[in-house]
Amino acid sequence: MSYFVDSLRQLVGLKPVKPAPEQIPIPIKTIYKEKRETPLTREALEAAEAGHARSANRHKWRNRRWITLIVVNLLFVVSYVLDVQLVEGALTASRVIGFHLADLNSALQVTLAYKHIVINLLIGTLTVLVLWILLGGRTFCSWVCPYHLVAEWAESLHLWLAKRGWAIDIQFHRTVRAVFYVVFALLALLTGYTVFETISPTGILSRALIYGPGLALLWILALLAFEVLLSRRAWCRYVCPIGITYGLVGVISPLRVQYNMQSCHHEGDCRGVCMVPHVLDVTIRGRAKGLTTDIGADCTRCGLCVDICPTSSLSYTFKGLEKAL
Amino acid sequence: MKEQSTAKPKARRKTKKLREQGRREFLRSTALLVGMVGASLVGLIPLIGQANARLRPPGALKDRLDEQEFFSACIKCGQCVQVCPVEAIKLADIDDGVGLGVPYIEARNQACDFSCDGLQCVLACPTGALTHDIDYPAETRMGFARLARPGRCLAVRGQPFKGAARGKDHPALLRFESVDRWNPIPLAEHPFDLPLCDLCVRLCPIEIRIAQCEAGTPPSGDPNQCPPLHAIRMQPMPNGRAATPVVEDGCVGCGVCEMVCPAEPAAIVVDIHRSADFQ
Repeated sequence: MSYFVDSLRQLVGLKPVKPAPEQIPIPIKTIYKEKRETPLTREALEAAEAGHARSANRHKWRNRRWITLIVVNLLFVVSYVLDVQLVEGALTASRVIGFHLADLNSALQVTLAYKHIVINLLIGTLTVLVLWILLGGRTFCSWVCPYHLVAEWAESLHLWLAKRGWAIDIQFHRTVRAVFYVVFALLALLTGYTVFETISPTGILSRALIYGPGLALLWILALLAFEVLLSRRAWCRYVCPIGITYGLVGVISPLRVQYNMQSCHHEGDCRGVCMVPHVLDVTIRGRAKGLTTDIGADCTRCGLCVDICPTSSLSYTFKGLEKAL
Repeated sequence: MKEQSTAKPKARRKTKKLREQGRREFLRSTALLVGMVGASLVGLIPLIGQANARLRPPGALKDRLDEQEFFSACIKCGQCVQVCPVEAIKLADIDDGVGLGVPYIEARNQACDFSCDGLQCVLACPTGALTHDIDYPAETRMGFARLARPGRCLAVRGQPFKGAARGKDHPALLRFESVDRWNPIPLAEHPFDLPLCDLCVRLCPIEIRIAQCEAGTPPSGDPNQCPPLHAIRMQPMPNGRAATPVVEDGCVGCGVCEMVCPAEPAAIVVDIHRSADFQ
């Protein structure tokens, strides 16, 4: 139950709650106590991190994810350019070997603006819903959305500039994303136009890849410039309603990242690389309420934390299939 | 006692600082909200005076220039673009505001010639923004042709036409059943030699269908494909040497006449605010 509540709290941008001492079971308290009594020395931590940095697997999930994202987007392009009709359409709606698929957020915007239930759209939406329930919800963001990839590269540039004092990271209240969600839903409902789609970088980039570039790419450049110079990953963190839509799907998804507090060094590398670091608050010393904790639904399942964790305390899990895997 | 008195103001200072931080964060976040929502609302500006109205693919949910339903139902995926055999359909750019990603046709460059017969764009549309209520070319209402510049019309001037309709380099495609039933060919590869120009009538997809039906060979062998009304005809002029193209109630506004008109600019154009149902 607390997984659902925590996930919803994350999605609406509420601050993670620190568990009261009585909420932490005795065995967990004992582990924290042992960790306190035998503190990790700087040398041991550096050795662990250095060892991990040398390992060939340190970009395993990132590489798999980038390849998946590029292949999925190229499938649309290649299918159209070669006219093989494998994946027709764009990320907003498509047909895969004849089966309708519709992006959940685009379908929602269209339904709110158009005020009709369109049967093809419903079929496409339900198919995609089942798909993302199985795959983790916000998995869409990090494994499919083309803007996520360019924003990830822009983020590297931002961090490089910020280290030299040439860029700043203005932070906003995360609740503003939930407010955006409501505002864009109301705008679609009240104006009768899919207002959000006009500025959605996901749709713009997907169409630009398939049908060729246009002026709309200037908007993408403006967003990226804002993120590089002024605010780290601002669109995905504070604005994008697509993230909330898929986040809500992720609440009931069995595919999650799981945290093991026993082996964790609490050094915080995972939160440093995470786009939504509040989901990893449980990795702070004294926050875990059990030996293992599932990371909440705002997590994009990107695997950067899995890759960077020097002690493998973070890993992918599929609830109900742990034993089979 | 002394300890308490020093601790208290410290705690209060911290709360004050926190409150100030919270206030600034709230203001920043509000600015972000106003900025982004404002940017998205800029997309509504091209609606003023229907500045972003265009010739739309067959079946578009529009009423004269009012395209609100069409814009809202369209999911901006471009599946209609992908199925069109003559690649007539394009997606609008961000200068069309909320029309971004919505399909349109630039008839002068490449008109819809219904060479797919089955309205493939309508069938491909996942949301019915191109309404599934129509099945045949004659049922579409894209616009209505008009002889806008009679002075430039070769037929009105009593002139012949020889050569490629739009010159040797024009990329437009058109299906000629006599050449290839299934594949449209470049218009440039099909030159004409006409004593009096009648390209707009000769190449009109509706007129071609009517001729096929009269010959007893309706398109795809389906009598339902037969248009009920003529779309355009040549009205001979009293001098006997010239003629005027006259648009009739069967015109669906596909824009082929505008595309093939050899005059520059085209003598005949498609009006997007009119149709056979309202003029």
